[in-house]
Amino acid sequence: MARAAAASSKKDAELYTELYRRMRLIRRFEDEVQRLFQQGLVHGTTHLYSGQEAGAVGVCSALGDDDRVAATYRGHGAALALGVDPTALMAELLGRATGVCQGRSGSMNVIDLEHKLMGCFSIVGGSIAAATGMALALKRKGGVAVAFFGDGTANQGYFPECLNFARVFDLPVVYVCENNRYGEFTPFEQVTGGKILDRPLTLGIHAETIDGNDVWTVRDTAAAAVERARAGEGPQFIESLTYRFVGHSRSDPGAYRAPGEMDEWRGRDPLIVTRKGLGDRYGVTADELDRVDEDVEREMASVVEDASNAPFPEPEEAREFKGG
Amino acid sequence: MAEIDFRDAIRDALDEELEHDERVIFFGEDVAAAGGVFATTGGLMDKYGPERVFDTPISELAIAGSAFGSAVGGLRPVIEIMFADFLPLVMDSLVNQSAKYWYLSNEQASVPLVVRTAAGAGGRFGAVHSQMPVSWFQGVPGIKIVCPSTPGDAKALLKAAIRDDNPVLFVEHKRLYAMKGEANGEVGTIGEAKVVREGSDVTIVSAMRGVHESLAAAEELSGQGVDAEVIDLRTLRPLDTGTVLRSVEKTNRLVVVEEGPRTGGWAGEVLARVLEDGLHDIDDAWRLATPDHPIPYSPPLEDDFLPGAQAIVQSILNR
Repeated sequence: MARAAAASSKKDAELYTELYRRMRLIRRFEDEVQRLFQQGLVHGTTHLYSGQEAGAVGVCSALGDDDRVAATYRGHGAALALGVDPTALMAELLGRATGVCQGRSGSMNVIDLEHKLMGCFSIVGGSIAAATGMALALKRKGGVAVAFFGDGTANQGYFPECLNFARVFDLPVVYVCENNRYGEFTPFEQVTGGKILDRPLTLGIHAETIDGNDVWTVRDTAAAAVERARAGEGPQFIESLTYRFVGHSRSDPGAYRAPGEMDEWRGRDPLIVTRKGLGDRYGVTADELDRVDEDVEREMASVVEDASNAPFPEPEEAREFKGG
Repeated sequence: MAEIDFRDAIRDALDEELEHDERVIFFGEDVAAAGGVFATTGGLMDKYGPERVFDTPISELAIAGSAFGSAVGGLRPVIEIMFADFLPLVMDSLVNQSAKYWYLSNEQASVPLVVRTAAGAGGRFGAVHSQMPVSWFQGVPGIKIVCPSTPGDAKALLKAAIRDDNPVLFVEHKRLYAMKGEANGEVGTIGEAKVVREGSDVTIVSAMRGVHESLAAAEELSGQGVDAEVIDLRTLRPLDTGTVLRSVEKTNRLVVVEEGPRTGGWAGEVLARVLEDGLHDIDDAWRLATPDHPIPYSPPLEDDFLPGAQAIVQSILNR
């Protein structure tokens, strides 16, 4: 028994150290996106995932090969959590020919089907619609669709329509509401009647609210939800409480935040929570985790260098549109 | 070949494509158990089962979003949006998701879905159950718009739309459902116009119900010494400008008859393309469309609103 427990603990230590590495990669990726944006090399607008890393990493770690994910315009985290090549993602943001979509999509609309990412959807609620439809197709194959979306989406028309649609047809879909407290610049309580969780519950959908900054909780909750959906129990709903450490988008100074709120959430930074958990649960040392950080630093240096050196696409190639 | 109603041509096309390809599914409001409010889809649920043919909630956003997502997931969904006037509700999904996916994904996957919808005025349904949606989607790259005028084309082109890898808006004019005609099992070709009456004096270009109004006008004009050629566009995106250009080479006069608002309509697009490429052949070119105000309810008002055969005759004789 003791040996089995030790082996299981070692396996968990390796797994969660890997999840920590992914979260760290997302954080550092977003730092670089911010820097490159300020230099005018990432264009338009961009929405960073900094502070919310445990959500995408925890949920995506619970998925199998047949499952598919629809994310939002704040989708770099989901993409990286699913294993999308960071260099190709950065090249996409820089508008390069080696980008995930050869520079056609940019930050808000990344698609990488090879890595289960059916897309990032830049209209609020679009991810819910996309995942609901994907679940209709996956029902035949045994896969599960996941939709990531924010608290603001609870007030978008897609939310009640698609949740009800999925419920009446028992679709295998997991709805992950990442409640980061603000819909763009507005506190969600100010514009949301009642509790978000009551809405899926009223429809008869299994729903729970969890600490979205604790990757153990997120992974366990998601794994159980995915299992229920795969077993034919219909749609599942997770409200994952979290916080973004950055503005909604590049034009947002964050003036709406209550005094002290950021400091409080900084103390619950998912990277800090995960480092502490790895030490407390499995005895992983700070030195070991510092080495993970150093590896991520080296990886990010090459990501930025390789993506920055990639060529821009030729306009003639982008004009070659064979669709309708 | 036996003659069938336009509405039965729609049902037969769905039936044959559900039979042909396991990936085809069909859903919408009251389409399964009730067989559709225009009686176009009866019996399909019984034949193919509720997993493939089913009734949905009255949730157009969910219907269109599910069509998009399931198409990306490998199915070939056909949805019915009961009245074309409800299409603004699905605009986001069609315009921002389905139409862009093939291009934005750098061609990782296409979106093979069909949106069937009943459109058009003349049924006394009033301003918000009579509209023609074509101009709303005309400027959206990535969507095809198919607008048949006969049972034969309805069947052949719906089969083609279901087999097409792109999103297709399939518009069924309400005042054609009871029309009879021959239909076989062929798969049509999207994007090909057809000369449905040959003539040498003037070319009348139209679609859907307008084709029949144009043919009636041409008959009347022939009694007054005007020999009109009539072209049925059949697809409004992409437009088959070649067939129109070949016709005006001969007739040198062109009138485009559109049931739809004059401003921003497809008739203007046809004229623009013909003038771009065939100005040297043109002596006169104009359009006849509906006025720029909502569709009225009262019968004399609605009849006056529509470009019927008499209006086409007068328009040509008065030039």
